[in-house]
Amino acid sequence: MRIEEHPILSFKRGKKIKFYFDGKEYEGFEGDTIASALHAAGVKVLGHSHNHKRPRGFYCAIGNCSSCLMTVDGEPNVRVCIEKLREGMMVETQKGKGVLK
Amino acid sequence: MKTVEIAVIGGGPAGLSAAINAASLGAKVAIIERDDQLGGQLRKQTHMFFGSKEQYASTRGVDIAVMLQEELKKYQDNVDVYTDTTVLGLYEDGVLTIEQSGKYMKLKPERIIVATGASEKFLAFPNNDLPGIYGAGAVQTLMNIYGVKPGNNVLMVGAGNIGLIVSYQLMQAGVNVKAIIDAAPRIGGYLVHASKVRRMGIPILTSHTVKYAYGKDSLEKVTIWQLDEQWKPIPGTEKDFEVDVMCISVGLSPLAELLWQAGCKMVYVPELGGHVPLRDENMETSVKGIYIAGDVAGVEEASSAIVEGRLAGLCAAKSLGYANEDFEKMKQEYLQQLHSLRSGPVGEKIIKGLSKVTVQGGI
Ligand SMILES: Cc1cc2nc3c(=O)[nH]c(=O)nc-3n(C[C@H](O)[C@H](O)[C@H](O)COP(=O)(O)OP(=O)(O)OC[C@H]3O[C@@H](n4cnc5c(N)ncnc54)[C@H](O)[C@@H]3O)c2cc1C
Ligand code: FES
Repeated sequence: MRIEEHPILSFKRGKKIKFYFDGKEYEGFEGDTIASALHAAGVKVLGHSHNHKRPRGFYCAIGNCSSCLMTVDGEPNVRVCIEKLREGMMVETQKGKGVLK
Repeated sequence: MKTVEIAVIGGGPAGLSAAINAASLGAKVAIIERDDQLGGQLRKQTHMFFGSKEQYASTRGVDIAVMLQEELKKYQDNVDVYTDTTVLGLYEDGVLTIEQSGKYMKLKPERIIVATGASEKFLAFPNNDLPGIYGAGAVQTLMNIYGVKPGNNVLMVGAGNIGLIVSYQLMQAGVNVKAIIDAAPRIGGYLVHASKVRRMGIPILTSHTVKYAYGKDSLEKVTIWQLDEQWKPIPGTEKDFEVDVMCISVGLSPLAELLWQAGCKMVYVPELGGHVPLRDENMETSVKGIYIAGDVAGVEEASSAIVEGRLAGLCAAKSLGYANEDFEKMKQEYLQQLHSLRSGPVGEKIIKGLSKVTVQGGI
């Protein structure tokens, strides 16, 4: 779901970046956030609400609302809409509220 | 603890303009932005601006962001730019706590200009938490910054400027917008934008709201219905839209947490988007030394954010002893620019809102 042609903007995609989402390998580009790379790959469900386990995706995409919290490289509650993608990143659906180490 | 003469929080059009003015007058400035680049919401605004030459009319927002950064570079000896840096707290003793790449720091500026912008409001309806239901600004970010389509078929909720502009931008990106709906009986945004989307064949349904959203793991269908003059839904007027994306564009509210924490006097002003700080003509809040500019002072648009930024930068610098000669002339010039930006029906609402929070001659 990448935009290939645009009348105003040209997207200079950086180099490809490999990462893992719940154990499966995915690909994004340098400059992506975790959320934009997942969305481009068709992943919309980023987590579930605590009590009713309802699916959740992003909402604001600029770090304001905390709708997009995931576990990244073992660290819980990362706002993936503003966290830049890095090579080999382990992104996981978060279980529970997460604990501070 | 580190110190600086003026700290500007937020690197959008308001913050950039504040930093440019203060630095050009000789003040030492630190501009702090949580994103990895300066520019704020301008970075995703591909449409051309209105207003006059002073506010870069007929230039696209993305290009204005670049121009402001070029202008800031001219004064780089006076400016420290911190990107990827978030201000976490603003304490009563004037200390800022800051996070940069996992590091925690403190800064004690002599003056602070808060230009943190606004955040998107949400709307209540059953299943409004389904993935696929996004803020219109979020979709704008996804498309225009990351080059990713939000989906294939979109229902836009809200016919204000952002709703209209983002609908147009969705079509430009090759995404189908099925309709724009708005609960109000009239289109809130500029007619130029409304005509543009209509010409593309997008229907605008006023007096309509969302009844229900459906979907298993993500959005599949939305039912809307019509509202009567009392804004009550009319049963039997339901319409279904098979969409995988619904954009919510029902307004912004000022991102004012830091001002609350600092103890600034806040007033609820619906015309300005929510709680905003009391301020004087110089954009100074009830806490001496804390200034405001842009959407955090009252949700408007980028053009007025730029002028408010210039005004706040000027006044903060002046309070430190800079800009003595031209101060009055410059200040009047900015007030005049704001005045002309606020002519017209949208401006009327803003002026009414501002009259509730602007204290003449100091707080
Ligand atoms: C998502 C979105 C899309 C929009 N799209 C349009 C549009 O298409 N057309 C239009 O006319 N108007 C649009 N607007 C309105 C827009 O608010 C104004 O045009 C203008 O950008 C306001 O300028 P500003 O400098 O006050 O705020 P912003 O441009 O929002 O800049 C504020 C900056 O402060 C930063 N910041 C916030 N908190 C902190 C912190 N604690 N520490 C460090 N940095 C921080 C933010 O990252 C941001 O870069 C949009 C607004 C939003 C929120
Ligand atoms: S979607 Fe709002 S914080 Fe990530």
